[in-house]
Amino acid sequence: MTDLGENIVATDDPGYGRLTVTLKVNGQEREVLIDPRMTLLDCLREVLRLIGTKKGCDHGQCGACTIHINGRRVNSCLALAAAHVGDEIVTIEGLGVPGRLHPMQAAFLENDAYQCGYCTSGQIMSAVALLREPCGMSDDDVREFMSGNICRCGAYPNIVKAIQRARRALRGS
Amino acid sequence: MQPFDLVRAPDQRTAVAEGAASHTAQQGASVRFLAGGTTLVDLMKLGVERPGRVVDINRLGLDDIHKQANGDLFIGATARNSDLAHHPLVRGSYSALSQAILAGASTQLRNAATTAGNLLQRTRCMYFRDLASACNKRAPGSGCPAIAGTNRMLAILGTSKACIATNPSDMAVAMMVYDAVVHIQGVAGDRQIPLMDFYVLPGERPDIENVLEPGDLVTHVTLSSPSTGERSTYLKLRDRASYEFALVSAAVAITLANGAIASARFALGGIGTRPWRVTEAERALVGQAPSDKVFRNAAEICLRGARPQGQNGFKIELARRCIVHAFKQITQ
Repeated sequence: MTDLGENIVATDDPGYGRLTVTLKVNGQEREVLIDPRMTLLDCLREVLRLIGTKKGCDHGQCGACTIHINGRRVNSCLALAAAHVGDEIVTIEGLGVPGRLHPMQAAFLENDAYQCGYCTSGQIMSAVALLREPCGMSDDDVREFMSGNICRCGAYPNIVKAIQRARRALRGS
Repeated sequence: MQPFDLVRAPDQRTAVAEGAASHTAQQGASVRFLAGGTTLVDLMKLGVERPGRVVDINRLGLDDIHKQANGDLFIGATARNSDLAHHPLVRGSYSALSQAILAGASTQLRNAATTAGNLLQRTRCMYFRDLASACNKRAPGSGCPAIAGTNRMLAILGTSKACIATNPSDMAVAMMVYDAVVHIQGVAGDRQIPLMDFYVLPGERPDIENVLEPGDLVTHVTLSSPSTGERSTYLKLRDRASYEFALVSAAVAITLANGAIASARFALGGIGTRPWRVTEAERALVGQAPSDKVFRNAAEICLRGARPQGQNGFKIELARRCIVHAFKQITQ
């Protein structure tokens, strides 16, 4: 059997089964030494210190860990980091920064689309992906497309409002 | 999570050889293929799945969706559920399949989940997922606490004294009505298994869920080309409007000629230990004029032998109404 490819080489340490892999995160190549068990979520937070992506349920049920892989939103808690060599990974940190926010981030701020804020980065990553998906224009369409992101504070009405305003603004621009 | 070696399969033949090193392709397999990971990684975290070797099959180029020369639809094993649901050929000619996929899970999960992974997804029975519980599917011979326990979501058809776990797939239910065939590359070569024969009933061995043997790699699924004028739909009844497993669901397909039913196929989800299709119930529809009575009669045949548990008896009447309502939607 082959190794994982040119970029993935098992170390000779039998105690850990650690792998050196290179991940492309927010446009930058990052080399990390990780256990094969490590999820992309844990790798982003614990190794690369990109803590904008949040751990909620850790079982693909809440959406707090939503990131983009090759332009599509997925739950990073169910992705093994070492299996994503060569993929384009984008987190909330790659979307915008203070002073230069993504229009969706700005819309969440302007529409008070959060309370505690824990689910917010996942909500925004889903909302940005939704802009490229075949989502209808009604509020109900948005609710259906956003059903994979749970908000315990119940900020849903303003989340829908923020997404709709951002969509209209982006369509008009 | 138990430690494992992670390897990327460079080609199908190597993947098959890797898989063949396991003593089983069922519960307890020591080698697992990794596609979307939405079931496997979840269950590995819980300790329900404990492979020592995980073989990444995502770069094998098994993700194509196209119409074959014979008119059948080719669906690659690692085509993402989102891509399948939104594919123009599926939206156009296999409505029930598109609707079924979009009625399941969330966009994030559908973007990762694959065709073969969806077919092989495991039950959501809470006792199966909880290592502190007995479960004949996870630990054969340990018992089934669901039978006298929390079973509102569980099966009423295809059950045994050992297991009443529901098959959770929406996609597989719709594929049943399009006469899906599962294409497998194995140690001894290629073979094709109709989806109707792919799943096995729990019986005494609920840990065995399908016909796959060690090394078997699902490469693709084919669907027969729909008849001219065929209409189909998927109706899913559940506790929440979105992002919830079915209490009962029905995939239905029908063609009408001169006011009578020329052909009909239907399958049920949420109520069986596997997606449930009874061809005798379909034959009872042919030649009849569409009516509540005719559809309800077919439902009765399909539900023959249903065995309710303490909390899920409501599913029998719900299933009848689900079938009738789904057929009415495409015949009125």
